[in-house]
Amino acid sequence: MSVIQVQTPGLLTTVQDLGREGFGRIGVSPSGAADPISLRLGNHLVSNAESAAGLEMTLLGGTFLFPEGAILALTGSDFGATLDDVTVDLSTSVEVRPGQTLRLGPTRSGARCYMCVQGGLIVTPFLGSASTHILTGLGGFEGRSLRTGDVLKIGSATKSFRKRTIAPQASEHLSLRKVLRVTPGPQIDWFSESSLRSLCEGTYRVGEQSNRMGLRLEGAPVSQRSGKQMITEGVSLGAVQVPPGGSPIIVFVEQQTTGGYPKIANVISADLHRVGQLRPRDEIRFEQVTLETARLLLIEQERLLTSGELILE
Amino acid sequence: MPPPMTEGARFQPASDQSLLVYFGQQITLDAHQRVRRLLCLLELEPVAGIRNLHPAYCSLLVNFDVLKLSHGELEAILRGYLDRLESVRLPDRRQLEIPMCYGGEFGPDLHEVAALHGMTPAEAIELHASVTYVVYFLGFVPGFAYLGQLSEALATPRLATPRRSVPPGSVGIAGNQTGVYPFATPGGWRLIGRTPIAMFRPDRNNMSFLSIGDRVRFMPISIERFTALENA
Repeated sequence: MSVIQVQTPGLLTTVQDLGREGFGRIGVSPSGAADPISLRLGNHLVSNAESAAGLEMTLLGGTFLFPEGAILALTGSDFGATLDDVTVDLSTSVEVRPGQTLRLGPTRSGARCYMCVQGGLIVTPFLGSASTHILTGLGGFEGRSLRTGDVLKIGSATKSFRKRTIAPQASEHLSLRKVLRVTPGPQIDWFSESSLRSLCEGTYRVGEQSNRMGLRLEGAPVSQRSGKQMITEGVSLGAVQVPPGGSPIIVFVEQQTTGGYPKIANVISADLHRVGQLRPRDEIRFEQVTLETARLLLIEQERLLTSGELILE
Repeated sequence: MPPPMTEGARFQPASDQSLLVYFGQQITLDAHQRVRRLLCLLELEPVAGIRNLHPAYCSLLVNFDVLKLSHGELEAILRGYLDRLESVRLPDRRQLEIPMCYGGEFGPDLHEVAALHGMTPAEAIELHASVTYVVYFLGFVPGFAYLGQLSEALATPRLATPRRSVPPGSVGIAGNQTGVYPFATPGGWRLIGRTPIAMFRPDRNNMSFLSIGDRVRFMPISIERFTALENA
């Protein structure tokens, strides 16, 4: 079996797939890649099922030795990757010869870079998924982020190497965007009529304490109209919740399944992958759309991602 | 005759891919029964396109695949399910005991909680351990059970500043709820003790020690017993 030897892990590198849906009743959130579209594209480039497990690197990438070689692709943000000192293009499949070393550095664009290898990464699944849930130490590679000396197993690769890239119209669609579209949240009535408008007019900065659980935003505080006491309820992915201090938090992939803060808005499904590319100190804005618009945008995005013209050979 | 189970159910989109079903806006056993019945029915007869269910005190968050369902279609399907809630046969409620060592380093807030209510720590322990609690739902993190109702005489607000990390097994109270932290997580509940029982066991079939609808009592144990159980 081929392996990857971790020589340096980077800042926060975890095994992720598309997550585990369906366990909300026991408090388990789906987790999975923070930018699932980049992971799916990476898997397409190396001829994997799009749900295969890959590596998610955060802000700073690692150094990886491939004793037996591999076919891999890097997607998401540009971490200045080189293979034995030769630049590796993003969003393009690459053949790694036995003994070569892949080095990644600090990000030159967004927050996360994904590495997919043909055959996928093999870890013991937890509730049907390989994805790591860092807070609880469940899933992934020993339930944690990678360390120097870790050895990752690669599933058997059966297809010969073909150079593949992502069609330009798909790359364009997935480019970084700092405007997140939102629909009104379930407690919209708890806020003054102007609150959602001012949320959409303001600029917010992603706080340093942001992580896979949630992104803390700094900017004009959002004030609540009612002093009502929330009863804890289910929280949806991408919810913009407002604690008493008024600084909004975007609930993210390693989310609490339930919570007690009112939610003024919710990031639309078609923009959730963009949240996964936000770095601390990035400035973002919100734009309100209707549920119907959100639905059409997702349908359009999925059509692109499942189209035969997505990958160029 | 009791009111039909559909009465008062309210639907509210939470996001473009989720719908909240509310059974009133109060924590009651009646609302809890409806949540539990709807959850049970949706698990017995799954709806194609529903991806996840998040039960809570008086609501159920339904997450769905936007490519397969719209909010309106899902609401129509769920209304059909609500009409049948009364016929749902729920699994028998289990009665469980959680051994718990109160106070000391395990329960750093016990003295303050007791003092706030003008009682001794022993009286607070007696009160906390005398009630049979209902598991209203599991949420927050894997295996965290929201237990009610805590005696009004012990109801205490959350800490103004949550702890950055609460040791696993810690038993906390917040308002008139009580619960056990399964993992080392941040937490704002007042800690009054700790259990040696693992609340979430990823190597077992029943991963969560507690299930929605269970009845639970806390059984005070000594620190020696705690250590023995922890090492068992």
